[in-house]
Amino acid sequence: MTSSAKRLGALALAATAFVAACGGGTAATSPSAAGSSAAAGASTGAAASGVAGPSACVDGSITTSGSTALQPLVDAAGKAYTAACPKSTISVQGGGSGTGLTQVLQGAVQIGESDVTAESKLKPDEASQLVDHVIVRQGWVMVVNNDVTGVTSLTTQQATGIWTGTITNWKAVGGPDQAIVLILRPASSGTRATFKSVVLKGANEASGQALTEDSNGAVTTAVGTTPGSTSVIGFAYYQANKDKVTAVGLDGVQGSVATMLDGTYKLQAFGHMYSKGQPDGLTKSFLDYMMSDPIQKTLIPSLFYAPAQ
Amino acid sequence: MTSPAASLATTELGLRARLDLPRRITLLAAGVIVAIVLLLLVFITWNGVQLFVASGVPVAEIFSPTWQPDAGSGPTSFGLLPFIAGTLGVMAVAAVIATPLSVGLALFMAEVAPTWARRITQPAMEVFVGIPSVVYGWLGLTLLVPYLRTNLQGLGFTLGFSWFAGSLVLALMILPTITSISYDAFLVVPRDMRAASMALGTTRWQAIRHVVLPAAATGIATAVVMGMMRAAGEALAVQMVIGNRPVMPTGLTAPMTTLTSQITLDMGNTVAGEPWNQALWTMGLVLLVISFTFVVIVRRLAGRRIAA
Repeated sequence: MTSSAKRLGALALAATAFVAACGGGTAATSPSAAGSSAAAGASTGAAASGVAGPSACVDGSITTSGSTALQPLVDAAGKAYTAACPKSTISVQGGGSGTGLTQVLQGAVQIGESDVTAESKLKPDEASQLVDHVIVRQGWVMVVNNDVTGVTSLTTQQATGIWTGTITNWKAVGGPDQAIVLILRPASSGTRATFKSVVLKGANEASGQALTEDSNGAVTTAVGTTPGSTSVIGFAYYQANKDKVTAVGLDGVQGSVATMLDGTYKLQAFGHMYSKGQPDGLTKSFLDYMMSDPIQKTLIPSLFYAPAQ
Repeated sequence: MTSPAASLATTELGLRARLDLPRRITLLAAGVIVAIVLLLLVFITWNGVQLFVASGVPVAEIFSPTWQPDAGSGPTSFGLLPFIAGTLGVMAVAAVIATPLSVGLALFMAEVAPTWARRITQPAMEVFVGIPSVVYGWLGLTLLVPYLRTNLQGLGFTLGFSWFAGSLVLALMILPTITSISYDAFLVVPRDMRAASMALGTTRWQAIRHVVLPAAATGIATAVVMGMMRAAGEALAVQMVIGNRPVMPTGLTAPMTTLTSQITLDMGNTVAGEPWNQALWTMGLVLLVISFTFVVIVRRLAGRRIAA
């Protein structure tokens, strides 16, 4: 009896610890893991193109968190800064746009990255405490499973039909006679919010007929392995997985840094870095560095983003 | 490096106080644990009710089957019913799959197995416990989901991502829990009862079926409930294979969603204070209520076992 009771208690404890560990792991590691794998690919690109450091160093230590779509860029920029300025530390974390905005508002981090504006997420009195720094334009691309042949571009109307569930077979848009499997990001993600406002003009996605995957990496895997599937992923993730998924243009325009810059490719949005109040010290120096030529002209195109201006 | 005894002797404490010290330390440990649990309860409950208190969402709305947290082209709706049904459903089917296997294995280990076989099965169980849940999810995503889609499409697994896939992965994960607790339940059945049964001329199977199993029944029930508790809290592995479709579960072959997977999907992208984020806390509170219910059931069962 006692041994049984003891074992039961130990098991319960172990189970709790296990569940707690898993829960925590999901929050912290899963987005950053997705980000860091892209960042790893990114940093080699940055090293190859030789990104110059900032013109003047400021010592100190800052932490940034937020959008996983922007994380590869901020991570590479942070590494380039600290490589030139060994006395400063810039720690770049993921967590999602909401996490970035919440943490910068609370003062837990000095910079919060977001795919969407603070005004769209926070209450007006909270958003007014943050200063917006538009640092980059980021693009997304619609991708389909490699077995969906003959669909090279969708019109806004066709894409809206697919995402809202009125078009359910690829035949209707010039593809094979195959059911469409829609894969969404969570409704709270910056990717989905951007797609919803730019392409769907606010119409609700048919989430009741779709699958939901929680990161660019998971979506890419799901589209690559699920016949007839389609979703939206960031440029950088598409470039890293060109053989696994097929890109589809929007309104006849294929997504690229060039078409983003000339404005013909619509599926793009500004990437924001927020500071609480006017930045100073290393925070200001790093934000200035993000707007400098080495980042805007060299690093950003190499990672498939487009300069902010 | 002085020995504990020496360091104790040099302190100013009297004999009584020294004798009391272990009692105080253990009391402190117990107090800290209870305080942490209480704080957690208060914190989760407080955050969980903010959806109703601060954002004015009617309580009845969470029992709606419609989850539409972003306004878009219609009004918002924070219906949690799909997630509650999903959690309970995926958990129940996992228990149905895992229980016969686990109880069978426990019976084998307790009643049938020779010592050498027990030496293999017991460490095997421990290895099972040690595998991180993300690995189970990864295996499910790369092996199970494509297998269901390509080979069992005729049964309705058009996508592979499904309720059944989630339950199967969970069943594997709760197998060790149910097995080891029911194994203990079999061990505490007194040898005399088996001996008496055999003396009456029963075979070993008859003794197991009519004596050992009934005597261990409440223990097995406890094991199953503990396994289901574990299943309800699991997030990552399930999230990777169920497809996360936020509607009421429609069938074992269709995608569905759970409380835990929706919390992990949305928490990074919502900001503290918005109704959406508060709804996630409410989901956490619901999960807590579910797990509380199981604790109560386990305690009841344990009480019955002692009474018997």
